[in-house]
Amino acid sequence: MEKGKRRAAKWAVWILLCTFAGIMVLPLLMLCSDSLMGSRELEEICGAVLGGQGERAGFRFFPSYPTLRAYVRLLLDSPEYFTAFWNSMLQTMGVLAGQLLTAVPAAWAFARFRFPGKKMLWFLYMLLMILPFQVTMVSGYLVLSGARLMDTHWAVILPGIFSTLPVFILRKTFAGLPGEVVEAARLDGAGNVRIFLNIGLPLGMPGIFSILILGFLEYWNAIEQPMTYLKTEARWPLSLYLPQMVSAETASAFAASIVTLLPAVLLFLSGQEYLEQGIAASGMERAGKLKKVESG
Amino acid sequence: MQKQQRKISPGRWIPTLRSEKMPHRYIRCRDALYRQSSGESGSRGLPGRHLGKSGSRGLSYRELREAWSGYLFLLPSLLGTGIFVLIPFLDVFRRSFLRAVGSGFVGMENYRQVLTNEAFRRAAGNTARFMLFCLPILLALSLCMAVLVCQVTHFQRWIKTGFLMPMAIPAASVVIFFRMLFDQKGWLNLLLRQMGLAGQDWLTSGRAFWVLSACYIWKNLGYDMILWLAGLGAIPEEQYEAAKVQGAGAWACFRYITLPQLKETLFVTALLSFVNAFRVFREAYLLAGEYPHESIYMLQHLFNNWFVNLDIQKMTAAAVMLVIGTGAVLFGFRRTGGGEG
Repeated sequence: MEKGKRRAAKWAVWILLCTFAGIMVLPLLMLCSDSLMGSRELEEICGAVLGGQGERAGFRFFPSYPTLRAYVRLLLDSPEYFTAFWNSMLQTMGVLAGQLLTAVPAAWAFARFRFPGKKMLWFLYMLLMILPFQVTMVSGYLVLSGARLMDTHWAVILPGIFSTLPVFILRKTFAGLPGEVVEAARLDGAGNVRIFLNIGLPLGMPGIFSILILGFLEYWNAIEQPMTYLKTEARWPLSLYLPQMVSAETASAFAASIVTLLPAVLLFLSGQEYLEQGIAASGMERAGKLKKVESG
Repeated sequence: MQKQQRKISPGRWIPTLRSEKMPHRYIRCRDALYRQSSGESGSRGLPGRHLGKSGSRGLSYRELREAWSGYLFLLPSLLGTGIFVLIPFLDVFRRSFLRAVGSGFVGMENYRQVLTNEAFRRAAGNTARFMLFCLPILLALSLCMAVLVCQVTHFQRWIKTGFLMPMAIPAASVVIFFRMLFDQKGWLNLLLRQMGLAGQDWLTSGRAFWVLSACYIWKNLGYDMILWLAGLGAIPEEQYEAAKVQGAGAWACFRYITLPQLKETLFVTALLSFVNAFRVFREAYLLAGEYPHESIYMLQHLFNNWFVNLDIQKMTAAAVMLVIGTGAVLFGFRRTGGGEG
């Protein structure tokens, strides 16, 4: 009796979780399925909403006549889309490279050194992390227009590099590294830079991967920054160009959406392990606890 | 004041620390070690030589060196932050007391204008309402999910993938799905009509608030769940076993063992959810444009529109107020036991 009850409870949990997970991925599945529809079918289903003709939208989980026509059209005759794609790549990669060079050492400094004013600086970094972009927008604008960088790729890249969120996430990872290893290296005569490069970086790799993935997801998705700092459409990233394209060409809109999310989703799937570790590390006070999570 | 100074000056601060905390023999032994290692490696002779001369100044030298190294590692980031945020913010602060044209000093006039501005009041109210409504729901729901995921042993990885997936999907891509779903002629109304209910106007009425809340929770549920999972995993298994031996039920275990130990996780999860809540502007903007229904007209929209209209005076004053407000909240948060966060 007791056993049967427990099994029933287990099934209930299982079904509940699957339902929720299903809801979470539903948008992705629908986008995929719609991207495989031909233009006539798409018009039949989405014309009412996206094109403004027709009474109501139709709903179909699987396309009746699956075709890759939309992707072909997107690949062959929409050069603007690819300009936007490369703009996105350039801006995202620029930000990530910069963050590697600045945020990683900064997190190391906060995690491993004692220096006067550290508490105040950390408070400042946390404050900057919390403030929405719109608050620091004016400051950024003043500098960028002063340096004549407005409306260039640098206008998106430079302020992005100095976001303090990666420092916050990475600090926990570094603080959790076993102190004995570092101390041993120091006794062997390794300097601070050597310790950072040879011990901190390799041991902190999961954390670094996770800030890179999080950063990619964040800047691939950036809307506020390019919207404020870029005027020329030829420099717009995908995240700005795509919404405009949806209203102009419904036929390849879904395919374009899929191609847009593809790099982010693939990166996420391949680095999910690191991402989870990094997120988890940012929530922990001591990483001794974290070890248990991983092994358990 | 004097006490403060004494603490900061390394020369005075460290010798006391040394005599209090470290036995003399240990120090001598370690100094010897240092001398040895510096003699061997050669490249790092400086501290060894210094230590060799006088043991008491050695530690302070080391601390000083540590502080300098810390600053050096921090320098690139701090420099950039200074140039792009901190220094210009001083200019923003200055401008918030000036007139728009020319440079007349107007005192608190800009602040008064912002505070009496109806759009600002509504936007601030909406933002606060959104936070107060969504944060507790998100935190509670993600905790529930984390507890449930803990129970499941098979396919846990796939379930996590499912929950985390929304994080990876760019707003620009998914917004087309949301439009299909929530449009007046869209899928949700189609479903409602088939169930015999009246269709609703989801995006251009007060219901837009619920739509936006749903988008936010959809996007952040997985992220928060992972944070909770980390917190849950850190609680030693033995505590549950001990409680069970004494006859505690599942709920009692959760209430008296799990919850109290999740405080730290709660702080971080709430903080990161708060940060992410500001990003919901992307979905709001893509779904409803620059002037959405007034129920989701947030501070972010307002700032954006001020910026477009070059209303720099109001912007600077509002930015200064927001920074001070957020700073005060964060300070209070950390004081009441958030710890290092």
